[in-house]
Amino acid sequence: MNMNLSNEYVQQRLVEKFGDQVHSFEEPYGMLTFEAPKELNLKVLNFLFDDVHLQYRFLTDLTGVHYPGQAGRELAVVYHLHNLSAKHRIRFKVFTDIQTPDVYTATGLFATANWMERETFDFYGVNFVGHPNLKRILNVEEMDYFPLRKEFPLEDQTRIDKDDAMFGRG
Amino acid sequence: MALKDLFERDVQELEREGILFTTLEKLVAWGRSNSLWPATFGLACCAIEMMASTDARNDLARFGSEVFRASPRQADVMIVAGRLSKKMAPVMRRVWEQMPDPKWVISMGACASSGGMFNNYAIVQNVDSVVPVDVYVPGCPPRPEAIIDGVMRIQDLVEKKSIRRRESEQYRGLLESYGIQ
Repeated sequence: MNMNLSNEYVQQRLVEKFGDQVHSFEEPYGMLTFEAPKELNLKVLNFLFDDVHLQYRFLTDLTGVHYPGQAGRELAVVYHLHNLSAKHRIRFKVFTDIQTPDVYTATGLFATANWMERETFDFYGVNFVGHPNLKRILNVEEMDYFPLRKEFPLEDQTRIDKDDAMFGRG
Repeated sequence: MALKDLFERDVQELEREGILFTTLEKLVAWGRSNSLWPATFGLACCAIEMMASTDARNDLARFGSEVFRASPRQADVMIVAGRLSKKMAPVMRRVWEQMPDPKWVISMGACASSGGMFNNYAIVQNVDSVVPVDVYVPGCPPRPEAIIDGVMRIQDLVEKKSIRRRESEQYRGLLESYGIQ
């Protein structure tokens, strides 16, 4: 087991294994971040989970991001992974188009993905293929839209009693 | 002393002997107003101030309201303390429906009364749209003194308003507007 993981080592192992398919390596605030095609998400997660030297066995966070300006890759799914023994974290992103937002579920690998994928579905409408119980978790069940997609305004547009000037805008 | 003798004596003289004249309704209202038991309904940070109102410094017990009941069936007044999410709204409505009549509601703080800073898709913008509110306590969060003032305003209502007002046309109309039988 490798007790001293470095960003360079993880990047080198990923490139050895997946070649050009993993790309966009960055290190915002020192945290290794990279991207892969959405079809590969389970292969990459499995590799990071199983490899003797990598052992990223803790899914700290899973969430979505909506980029309305990026045609064909409007929705991102972000995985934050943690190797507890080496105290090393990495961030992994896949992008999908918004018309068919299908991404394979990570519930087979991480039990905690069950809750987080339901949440991501609830707010962004990412369809996690193979999830055992993909339905709304935090919002009311009758809600018929995905509130964190950018086309939906945050505030209730029917309210007329909130004066913009009082909120430091307009 | 026969009842007949009582009527022949001066009222003030009787009061000095510890005999009072009142109506049953007033007596019940007086007792009720001095033992208003709130239902525990802490939703957010306001609940911390609500708890502080019962501590030794503020001592809501002076006014008979220190017993926060975990069961709505034993409570008289519901203090809605915090922002109410749309998902929680049916739960709050059910808790309110489980409280025995007569019952009162305090909407505590900016969020419960107006949605406060949470003007978004998840938060009910006024708990008045879910249950009928008797007293609004402003603040973010209100200080314990403000909550005690709110409870005392409820006491005023309990003492001065006839409980039969709930049988009036106006009150029935109000209940109907909330879809309550």
